[in-house]
Amino acid sequence: MRAWLFGDNVDTDVIAPGRYMKFGVEEIAPHCFESVLPAFAATVQAGDVVVAGRNFGAGSSREQAPAALKHLGIAAIVAESFAGLFYRNALNLGLPALVCADAKRIRDGDAIEVDAQAGRIANHTTGETLACEAIPAHLMEMVRDGGLLPHLEKRLGRSR
Amino acid sequence: MQQTLAQKLVARAADRSTVTPGEIVTCKVDLAMMHDSGGPRRVKPMLERLGARVWDPSKVVVITDHYLPAYDDESRRIIRIAHDWVREAGIGHFYDAQGICHVVLPERGHLRPGLFAVGGDSHSPTGGAFAAYMFGIGATEMLGVLVTGEIWLKVPHTIAMEFDGALAPGVSAKDVMLFLIGRFGMDAGQYQAVEYRGPAIRALPMQERMTLCNMAAELGAQTGLIASDEVTADFLKRGVEVWESDSDAPLLAHHRFDAAALAPQVAAPHSPANTRPVTDFREVKPQLAYIGACTGAKLEDLRMAAKVLEGRKARMRLLVAPASLRDQHAAEAEGTLGILRAAGAELLPNACGICAGYGEHLLPENAVAISSTARNFKGRMGAPSSQVYLASPYTVAATAVAGRIADPRELLQ
Repeated sequence: MRAWLFGDNVDTDVIAPGRYMKFGVEEIAPHCFESVLPAFAATVQAGDVVVAGRNFGAGSSREQAPAALKHLGIAAIVAESFAGLFYRNALNLGLPALVCADAKRIRDGDAIEVDAQAGRIANHTTGETLACEAIPAHLMEMVRDGGLLPHLEKRLGRSR
Repeated sequence: MQQTLAQKLVARAADRSTVTPGEIVTCKVDLAMMHDSGGPRRVKPMLERLGARVWDPSKVVVITDHYLPAYDDESRRIIRIAHDWVREAGIGHFYDAQGICHVVLPERGHLRPGLFAVGGDSHSPTGGAFAAYMFGIGATEMLGVLVTGEIWLKVPHTIAMEFDGALAPGVSAKDVMLFLIGRFGMDAGQYQAVEYRGPAIRALPMQERMTLCNMAAELGAQTGLIASDEVTADFLKRGVEVWESDSDAPLLAHHRFDAAALAPQVAAPHSPANTRPVTDFREVKPQLAYIGACTGAKLEDLRMAAKVLEGRKARMRLLVAPASLRDQHAAEAEGTLGILRAAGAELLPNACGICAGYGEHLLPENAVAISSTARNFKGRMGAPSSQVYLASPYTVAATAVAGRIADPRELLQ
């Protein structure tokens, strides 16, 4: 799955511009990264991975930022670090966000495979395997359920 | 065990006597605030899908501020959903078109020291100025709060930012924050708590303290905090409990600065961390000066602009969007707004507006603006080619007068 490489401090306005916030995610997603990488939304394939440096997702609480990436088929986001609010939002939507100190060893266009459960990235282009920090145990079940909404649905259904 | 203010606030909400930084706890939420963009239009369908009700409607505050004034079918629909949902769900507190949520919330008495609160907006740490633990969350996480009344939290470490002395005339909380973000970076807060301390902080009025905590977001902290004192009590017009860190509570980092040495700061496009002293930007000639947002258009901010603009004329377009209706009325009554108008300011509605990329006044291609807002990310306030310089209300006003980025201290002499 193709790695799309970004730098440090990628902000939520770049991921999901405010001027499209009034629309649903279907209409926001085509504008994802348009101010820095206009071809992204039209080129990205289901299963691709966003790879970034420090503080990915800085800025807004807008959940449409991870939602747009998920809508475009992004399978996981790997970064040296995440803005805390974005990190929580991504996991709440069931989109794995993995902290990887070696994220910058991945090059743009590398074919990589992310195992969120194991916290491991296989780089098929270089043959390297990179370790990630594990997603906290209390959140992994929610991510497996597909996010907080289906997770709550399951919990509430069980309690009825 | 010595505890920081952050630990004490989290411990109370987690029903524990003490908590340790790094541990994961579940906190009971005292207050959940939402605005029209991330609030009702997002949580209503999810609540319906779950067939769930709001855990305690008396603890929920809804404030419309993003899609106001409604200017097309989508924005009208978003505002209408807010009205409908507040009624259907029996929400206790609804402020429609009264101003920006972070400013309206405390001015209507919803915050007090000791509270544990969440807001559906990244600038929710503003509430930390009242020694309340408040932080921003997304819409799905808000759904979780609305259904359960609880939220998980990794107990934060505290980074202390201590300012000795006093800020010089013409230097404000905004300059403090631009300086800190420039010096330490947008991820310096590491999603921990930042606590502002020292005589220069204690001397600040409440709304200036709110600016510090507001921009804890741009510093990458989960929240920004200031211990409660008589300034907090005066603003809230009530007696308040003292909530503060124990003197020897362990800190992740402790930075000390001489407040008097701080010059006005400006952040160049496209990051609040691109900060240098104002004097480095004298060649920049914006066409637009904007005083707006929760960060930069509260009553205190309007007063700063008026100090510079009194008896002077703006040489560029000057837009002022007072952060709340109540602040606008106060500014009108005391003459502040009259000074701004006489200087040529055009008044915009009490809403997020251009700051968040909403409304009809977005920056056109290649526009250069100076703004008292919090973020100058590429394309945030309009066209991706527009250039936004961030500064204090003093500096924005001085720039409007000078026709180029200017040091307000020279006009205040």
